[in-house]
This record gives sequence, structure tokens and C-alpha cells, in this order.
Amino acid sequence: MAGGMILIFLYFVALFAGFVAPYSYDRLDTNYSFHPPLLPRLQGPHLVVPRYEQGGGVFSYHIVENDSKPLQFFVHGDKYKLFGLIPATIHLFGTGDNDYPVYLLGADQFGRDVFSRLLYGSQISLSIGIVGIVLSFAFGMIIGGISGYFIGATDTVIMRLCELIMSIPALYLIISLRAAFPADMSSAKVYAMIIIILSFIGWASMARVIRGMTLSLREQQFILAARALGQSHMKIIVRHILPNTFSYVIVAATLSVPYYILGEVVLSYLGVGIQEPSASWGLMLNAAQNTEYLRNYPWLLAPGAAIFVTVLAFNFLGDGLRDAADTKSL
Amino acid sequence: MNLLEIKNLKMDFGKNAEALRAIDDVSFTIGAGETVCLVGESGCGKTVTALSIAKLVPAPPANYVGGEILLNGRDTLKMSARELQQIRGGVVSYVFQDPGASLNPVFRIGNQIKESLKLHKPEKANDAEVIRLLKLVGIPAPESRIKNYPFEMSGGMQQRVMIAMALASEPKLLVADEPTTALDVTIQAQILDLLSELKQRLGMAILLITHNLGIVGDMADRVAVMYAGQIVELSPARELLRRPLHPYTRALMNSVPKLQGGADRLSAIPGNVPRIGNFPPGCRFAPRCPIARPECSEKNPELLEVEPGRFVRCPFWKTN
Repeated sequence: MAGGMILIFLYFVALFAGFVAPYSYDRLDTNYSFHPPLLPRLQGPHLVVPRYEQGGGVFSYHIVENDSKPLQFFVHGDKYKLFGLIPATIHLFGTGDNDYPVYLLGADQFGRDVFSRLLYGSQISLSIGIVGIVLSFAFGMIIGGISGYFIGATDTVIMRLCELIMSIPALYLIISLRAAFPADMSSAKVYAMIIIILSFIGWASMARVIRGMTLSLREQQFILAARALGQSHMKIIVRHILPNTFSYVIVAATLSVPYYILGEVVLSYLGVGIQEPSASWGLMLNAAQNTEYLRNYPWLLAPGAAIFVTVLAFNFLGDGLRDAADTKSL
Repeated sequence: MNLLEIKNLKMDFGKNAEALRAIDDVSFTIGAGETVCLVGESGCGKTVTALSIAKLVPAPPANYVGGEILLNGRDTLKMSARELQQIRGGVVSYVFQDPGASLNPVFRIGNQIKESLKLHKPEKANDAEVIRLLKLVGIPAPESRIKNYPFEMSGGMQQRVMIAMALASEPKLLVADEPTTALDVTIQAQILDLLSELKQRLGMAILLITHNLGIVGDMADRVAVMYAGQIVELSPARELLRRPLHPYTRALMNSVPKLQGGADRLSAIPGNVPRIGNFPPGCRFAPRCPIARPECSEKNPELLEVEPGRFVRCPFWKTN
């Protein structure tokens, strides 16, 4: 259940990313390129943010002693839209002074706050998993239900189609599809495209499993009883068969979310996903490809840690749900 | 006009060379408000006959090769899918053997009864009507029971819920396919009492499938005895129990233990029911029949009316 708690926390933060992040995801300040991570220090009763200064080599910073600014809560800062709707400027914390940046996880090469971008990026990276799963599972369940319920020719055609789709190497399909679209697509369009492509490939395996379960469920007496009541075929599938697969589907969905998250990460990392200046975890890792960067500015790997935690949390949650749903094992 | 008239029904499983005749020339009628029992050993075609009334046997593999099933004067075998959906649950409702398996395990019973109402009485699909139905079938505290899942109820309760669902649309005919086989004896009696009481109150006809001859005596107006896909004896219940005519019916009655009988071995019918597709030539019961003659294996006898209202498929029924 720890996995569940972590995920609730992550999604909650992603929902309020604009408020929690001290800066906007595209706010850049080239004076502070590769600013190192800092932690506010306790000075008397206040938390203060020290000032860093460049010197002694390119992008090497040192702390300026006795020069700090108290950390404030609920300060005015960059504009953002809460939930994408309500315009707001209040941030959870900040210094209110651009000369004293709060870079909790450092800054990237353009002097953008990695922490803020991580939060904005989580909106894309985390939601892609959920939306993708909902799309592909809904589709896969209905198709699989139809296939298993009607059997015969319908079943054969649908299953061969599934096998065809499953035999396509997903990554190459995505890259070639991406190449077919203009390079300067907006991030919103790319986001939708990634979800559609990942779902297009993902529904087939779901449909196969649901078909198998439907094949056994359709022989149950309560299906005969529903038919004897005069229920229509589609309603029997949707209302009687599919609900009986939910305990499996919920577990399978939880365990599949990481594939969608990683799918987005891979695409963005390869440069065919979300485009700058929008933030996603894969895109941010893309910036950390350079070994020199990695050696000198390891904080650029922060999104990797976020991915690691998220995927692990989903797997723990899925395992937990499976144990809870599986009444046979002890 | 009878509520249900099955005339010379013939049904195969499979087609052409692989066809296996599961129902062969079955005819019987059920009048409005009448209770007819269908009796026979496992695999003799009772359930398939009953399911055919609403064309519930999936086709393929089922293949109706002859006869008709007139329900309210209309042949259900010729109905469109839409018409069948109206008939199913609307005119003829079913109650099956295992109530635990007949209820969808993931829905509350109130919602399942409501589903039945939505299909055939949409204007009455509300909690009040569900509670009324549950009261009708004798479930105590129905207000709290509608929130129960099937697994929270006993087998007898589940069967009552099934009956409530079947009654929701006020059908003309209730087909009860061994409704008490999965229940213990005291609950069996309760469910059967409930069925007779509801029959009196609602005036519906019942087709009761059973292999328990005790139930026949309690419930039936008329009895059809089936053997290997055919009706071998059709008769008013009282007379059939008092004086069975067909050797198979007699053998069945003899294999029921009697209260006042001695401690002798129970008599059993020698041999087994022939498998479908492997019926003996001539009379299908001949190999197991105590009064069989050589000519029995030559020609399958017809079902003939030997006394008023009594039909027997055996020319030698007078022999003992």
C-alpha cells in the first residue's frame, strides 16, 4: 500500500504543479545556467536561501557568505493557470527576488529550475499512463468481449487482427508515424498522438485476455439466465460479462501504466515526443544525454529518479492489488 | 387454444453427417394455468426441450429440423431475435437448477431484479416494485435484502430471488428446470410450496422439469415422461402415479424406495441410458425393457392414445 500512498502524493502534486513549483516551466535565466541544487538553511527562526555566484571556471558556483534572503511561503511569482483554468500567481514558496533563486534540484543549461520542470513534466508523464490505459483497456475489453461472446467467424477475424497488431514492433511504428507528421507539432498534439499510438498497440493484448475470460464466462448459467430474461447480446457483454473481469482488469491496468509512462519517456528521449519548451520527464532526460553534463551536473538526472519511483510504486500497487483480488492464494 | 403447443419437435446437434438427434418427435401441450412435469433421466432431452421454447439453445450447434413450438399461437422457432427478446422473460420465464450460478456474482440482487423489470416493465422499475416482488416470494426484510450480493444469501434465498426475477414481468409460463435439485430437502419443500402458491395467485402455467417422482405427485396436473429424446408416456399425473403404463415409467416407479416396503434391495433399471447418436434400432428402451420382445428391436413404436388423455409409446403396455 506504500506504492498507493506514493502515487496519490505524486498525482496530487502533479495536479497542483503550478502552485507547488516556484517557477514556470519555461522561465529561463541564462545567468544561472547549471546552477547547483540548494537546500534552504535554517538561520535563527527563518529558513534562508543562500546566494550562489559564478566564478573560477565555466558554470562553477560557490556560495556567497552572509548574503541570503529568507524563504517565503505563498509568494507572488510567475503566472500560471491552476488546473489549466484559473489564472493565479501565488506559489507555495519562493524568495520573491530573482537574484536569489530557489533551485531545489538545480538548473539546466538554460537556467531553468529543474524542480519546477519536474513537476510540470509529471503532469504529462503521469497523465499519459492513465489516459492511455483507460483508452486501450476500454477498447480492448469491448473488442475482447465481443470476440469471446460471439465466437466463430467474428472471433477469428478479431483475433487475427490482434495478432497482426501485436506483431508490429511498436517503437518503429511510432518513430515512422512521427516522421510522417510535421516536426513542429505543438506539444498538445504530440501528447494526443503518443497516447493514441500507444493505445492502438496496447489494446490488442488486453482484448486477447478478455476474450479468454469471456469464453469461460459465457458458459456460466447467469449468462443463460440473462438471455432467458430477454437481454440483448451487447448488454449481456457490457453488463454481465465485463464486470466479472474487473478484478483482473484493475490489476492488469495498474501493472501496465508504467509501460505507457516509459513509452512517453522513450519517445521524448529520442526526440520524437514532447517538444521544448514544454516539460516531460523523457524530454528532460534527453538533456542529460551528454556524458560531460552527467559528470558535472548530475542533478539533471532527477527525472530519472522520478520515473524510477513512479514505476516502482505502480508495480508495488499492482502486486498489492493482485494479492487482494486473488482469493485463491494464501 | 393452449398456451403452449409443441408439435413433432425434432432437433439435431450438428449438421448433415455429424447430426445427432437430441429431440425426436416431441409433442405436448400446456394449457393456461396448468402444471406439466417433464420427467426423465439425465441426458434424455428434458432441459433442451424446455430451453427450445424460447429458442435458448444456441444455434449452431442446435439445428431444428422439424416441428413447431406455438406459444400463444405463434411459432417461436420462426421469430426474429427482437421478437424473441420480447418473449423471453415476457411470456415465458425460466428458473434454473443452481441458483448460485444463475445470479451474476458482482451485482446486488436488487439491481438484478430491477434489470428484469427494466426489460419488460420499464414503468415499474423501481425499488418499491423490487421489494414487492421479494415479499411475494417470501424473503423476510426485503428492504435490507435488496442491497445484498448473491453470495450473502443462502441457496433457498437465492432461488427465491431467481423466482422473483422470473415473476417480475408476470409471465404466462414459468419454466422451472430442476429448481430444487441444488437445495436441501426442507428448502425444496418450501420452494415447491412457493411455486404452487404463486401459481394459484398469479394464474400462470408451470413447466416443471424434475427427476424426482415425489415432486410430480405434489405439483403436476399432467406428466410427460421422456426417454432418449422421446416422450414415452404422457398422462394425467394422478393416473400415471397410480397405474403407470409404459415399462420405463413402471421401472422408474419401482426404483423409488417405499416407506412401507421391506429391507429388500432397491430395484434398478439394468443398463444405461443410450448415448445420443447411439440409439438402438426400434424401441429405444428395448435393450433394458423387462417385457421386450424380438419385434421391439425392429420398429420404433408410435406414441398412441390408449385411454382418454393417456398416451404411451409401447404397443405391449398391457403385458406385465
